[in-house]
Amino acid sequence: MSSIVVQFLNGLAGASTLFLIAVGLSLIFGVTRIVNFAHGSLYMLGIYIAYSAVGAFGAAGALGFWGAILAAALAVGLFGALVEVLILRRIYQAPELFQLLATFALVLMVKDFVLWAWGPEDLLGPRAPGLDGAVAILGQRFPEYDLFMIAVGPVVLGLLWLLLNRTRWGTLVRAATQDREMVGALGVNQKWLFTGVFALGAFLAGLGGALQVPREPAQLFLDLTAIADAFVIVVVGGMGSIPGAFLAALIIGEVKAFCIGLGNVTLLGVEVSFSKLTLVIEFIVMAIVLVVRPWGLLGRPQAAQRAAPTHIEPPLRAALRGLAAGAAVLALALAALPLTGAAYTVVLMTDILIFALFAASLHFIMGPAGMVSFGHAAYFGLGAYGAGLVLLRAGAPMEVALAAGPLAAALGAAVFGWFCVRLAGVYFAMLTLAFAQIGWSVVFQWDSFTGGSNGLVGVWPAAWLSSKSAFYLFVLVLCGAGLAALRRILFSPFGYALRAGRDSPLRCDAIGIDIKRLQWAAFTLVGAFAGTAGALYAFSKGSLSPDLMAIPRSVDALVMVLLGGVQTLAGPAVGAAAFTWLQDTIARNTEYWQSLLGATILIIVLAFPQGIVGSLARLGTRAEAE
Amino acid sequence: MSAGGAVLELAGVHAYYGRAHILADVSLAVGRGEVAVLLGRNGAGKSTTLKTIIGLVPAARGEIRFDGRRIDGLPPYRIAASGLGYVPEDRRIFTDLTVAENLDVGRQAPRAGAPVWTVDKVCALFPNLKAMQNRPGGRTSGGEQQMLTIARTLMGNPSCILLDEPSEGLAPVIVDQMAAAIKELKAAGVSVLLSEQNLHFATEVADRAYIIEKGRIRFTGTIAELAANAEIRNNYLAV
Amino acid sequence: MSAVLAVERLSKAFGGVQAVQGVSFALGEGELLAMIGPNGAGKTTCFNMVNGQLAPDSGSVRIGGVDTVGRPPREIWRMGVGRTFQITATFASMTVRENVQMALISHRRRLASLWTRAASLYRDEADRLLERVGIREQAERACSVLAYGDLKRVELAVALANEPRLLLMDEPTAGMAPKERITLMELVGEIVRERRIAVLYTEHDMDVVFGHADRVIVLDRGRLIASGTGDEVRDNPEVRQVYLGSRGRA
Repeated sequence: MSSIVVQFLNGLAGASTLFLIAVGLSLIFGVTRIVNFAHGSLYMLGIYIAYSAVGAFGAAGALGFWGAILAAALAVGLFGALVEVLILRRIYQAPELFQLLATFALVLMVKDFVLWAWGPEDLLGPRAPGLDGAVAILGQRFPEYDLFMIAVGPVVLGLLWLLLNRTRWGTLVRAATQDREMVGALGVNQKWLFTGVFALGAFLAGLGGALQVPREPAQLFLDLTAIADAFVIVVVGGMGSIPGAFLAALIIGEVKAFCIGLGNVTLLGVEVSFSKLTLVIEFIVMAIVLVVRPWGLLGRPQAAQRAAPTHIEPPLRAALRGLAAGAAVLALALAALPLTGAAYTVVLMTDILIFALFAASLHFIMGPAGMVSFGHAAYFGLGAYGAGLVLLRAGAPMEVALAAGPLAAALGAAVFGWFCVRLAGVYFAMLTLAFAQIGWSVVFQWDSFTGGSNGLVGVWPAAWLSSKSAFYLFVLVLCGAGLAALRRILFSPFGYALRAGRDSPLRCDAIGIDIKRLQWAAFTLVGAFAGTAGALYAFSKGSLSPDLMAIPRSVDALVMVLLGGVQTLAGPAVGAAAFTWLQDTIARNTEYWQSLLGATILIIVLAFPQGIVGSLARLGTRAEAE
Repeated sequence: MSAGGAVLELAGVHAYYGRAHILADVSLAVGRGEVAVLLGRNGAGKSTTLKTIIGLVPAARGEIRFDGRRIDGLPPYRIAASGLGYVPEDRRIFTDLTVAENLDVGRQAPRAGAPVWTVDKVCALFPNLKAMQNRPGGRTSGGEQQMLTIARTLMGNPSCILLDEPSEGLAPVIVDQMAAAIKELKAAGVSVLLSEQNLHFATEVADRAYIIEKGRIRFTGTIAELAANAEIRNNYLAV
Repeated sequence: MSAVLAVERLSKAFGGVQAVQGVSFALGEGELLAMIGPNGAGKTTCFNMVNGQLAPDSGSVRIGGVDTVGRPPREIWRMGVGRTFQITATFASMTVRENVQMALISHRRRLASLWTRAASLYRDEADRLLERVGIREQAERACSVLAYGDLKRVELAVALANEPRLLLMDEPTAGMAPKERITLMELVGEIVRERRIAVLYTEHDMDVVFGHADRVIVLDRGRLIASGTGDEVRDNPEVRQVYLGSRGRA
């Protein structure tokens, strides 16, 4: 009994932190309509800055400690204001995808900044002066600081309520959440309103991080775990609802606490580690909520959105004869590559082909079907692990393992996709990211089966493919066939129906097209293609690691598609080639490849909203017109 | 009307929605303290004209002057903050906010040369609003929302106000209240440009009339001139 | 004459406001029925209950004798109901012909096909429909570059693709120039009579109402207050007062 009470209190303490992160995300989205993927990074910055500030101000005195916490939160708030003024202001009119990418570029840059400034080691801060003891609750010792944390959530909720309901600024924020254009037409300068809201959200995330200093070490992966948690909470609570965020934080906080509290339990003779299943349980909670209330516990149905009239692509045209001949020549040239004896180029080209298929599979749902996934690497990774585990754990031959990869990926995509296609736009992006993060944690934590963070080694192809050249040709055939198949499907009734669903869901419904079902099928189908790429990748490297399905790899794929241009069919392959080559060239020379990538994304987003091939094509049409 | 007497003036304004050319060479003027009406059928370009003036739709060509200063190209908030009020056709009440909060959003500092409005004064203009200060905007009737949206804009103390189809979809008794309110605004010195389909309503309140059809101004004159010109009425307005 | 569409005692409330209250009417083959009323009269609510976008609180909607309450719009379409929208809803990234082909593909249940080229399916049939609505020569153009009046015709061709027995048109002439309105409605009239289709439409433009409808029903504050030929409705004093009179158009 007493342990249950303590677990319950632990849950409340955790819920406060979750609430602080999620509520800022929700507020910012409400007013600016931007989902801030960097919100977890702001949280991480909060914890690192607070660690240093506590050191600098002196942790012994209460003033020093609490001053440091507040200073860290304010610093993060200020950083948020800068980000809004320097970056987001320029892209409020840009397509949703570009806004998401811009905030993701920040994730990459903040991560490298933290690595540069604080190094890769975990940093544990001191205890809070005056709250460093424990109190006895029903005979169990419970940290005083956690009692304090329990109070933080409701206090912040109350203060936010007062701010939003008892000040004119709050009234304006609520009005802008509903109709920001009208607020502008009434003479309110929204710019500063947006900056203020973004700074407030950043401050809250920073505060959430800073307050964690005495509770957990500052670590480099906190950004993504925090953002995944925050996404789960806003999806469960309802986007834009502050009480919803609070309620969802309580539920998720409690669920997590009880899972950790249960620890290892033997169920039907099988030892289950509940403490490692926290994310899976979170997923189950979210799944249930999504089925029962698709807009979250306290959320409201999204208003049906009409596609913005400015980003309409031209109708599909069958390839010209010249283009088909060009593709044939290119295929022959690629097949002849091993004859040149350039071993390194063969390996690099193997990577490029694999990523071309991976990127094309993402492009298929992103472009024609209009579903922007931020977690596509989950299916790449599932394919790799599916193949690797069947090879190593079941002792199956390579050929069987290679088939198992796409199967596993398609299965995973079918399960996750069933939930994801119920949502659209940014909600879809958030959910795909949350699922990918959950998949990653399962692989990362399940040491006994997946090898955990160390991964698995010995995933080598069969003897007949053991030479790099033979494997390259094998990859060329499979990826070439995959790319051709994806292209063919785009021109089929199924591909057309997906584009129809993107263009006008209303019209689809009126001509008998069950668009959600087709989208689900498409999600599963591209999962299989991504899984094929993943399985080939595993065999090309001979090893597996959780990095294969981590969020940054999902973003790599997005950048490849973006580099090539979302509205072009050849784009993903060109983008994959450019990206992989660049990464190979640059990553060898710097530790900070991620932030370079982030900066590149920002430049692309700010300068070429059509992608590279798309911009070239546009230049071409302009030249033609003149 | 001489150009110097105009508080609001459009000269050769063109506007587009995507590729569709919605306004073509629209020129019109509203004199100080005057009520002008822009008449036309559904889809003629009335709402777009008002949206272009307030900056919600960009003017592709032409000039828009308010109080003698160019306002085309400015963001809506700057146009509104310079004393030009806008009341949208679809009312755009903040449904989650109370009536009092809706009014608060519209509040701006008093400005010289324009009547100053307070919550009490707008409630005197629209007595229905007085009793429902704490009611959410979304739980008011269509007529009450129309009053609220006008009152909200008045809280910005505008010297000129754009009213987009204030009589649309309202019961006759509410339409009469609207007409009375517009007359009171005029008496208080506020200039008004309203768009209408309802000729009776327009005749009752307006001094000057413009008829727009397919994005072009087809008639310019006083309301008396329009009343005397049956041919114009039948061509562009009658059913 | 057997009723293609029979609506009985249909009611719907939103948050305590009775949007539609006990509305009943019927519609037979080849008949054009206009539903009119001032803004807020419940036309759109009523319309959306017929097409399946909204579920009524009570009452029934029968299409060809089958109750459709609770069925999603896409199932109702498969029962032979075509629709056009107030603001046209077409597939902007496709050509005019492809828009019609899409409807034909769905009608023939070929959506799951992964290998056939969609652009070569039912091409002639699509062209015949486009010919019928008068935009055959624009078949290759993208919908995104079409004039608004032509988009309305695309919608009409799409709506005819499943050989409907009932056509639901929400403000079919909204946003069109007066001349275009008349030609479009004349076209609708011809098609309806040659194919024996029943049409229910809402409309603001009184020319389109009285010039083209066989019968008119009038809604006011959620209730059906009049029903009859154009002249009967026009002469009805209650109608004059709530609708035409208040807009000064009597």
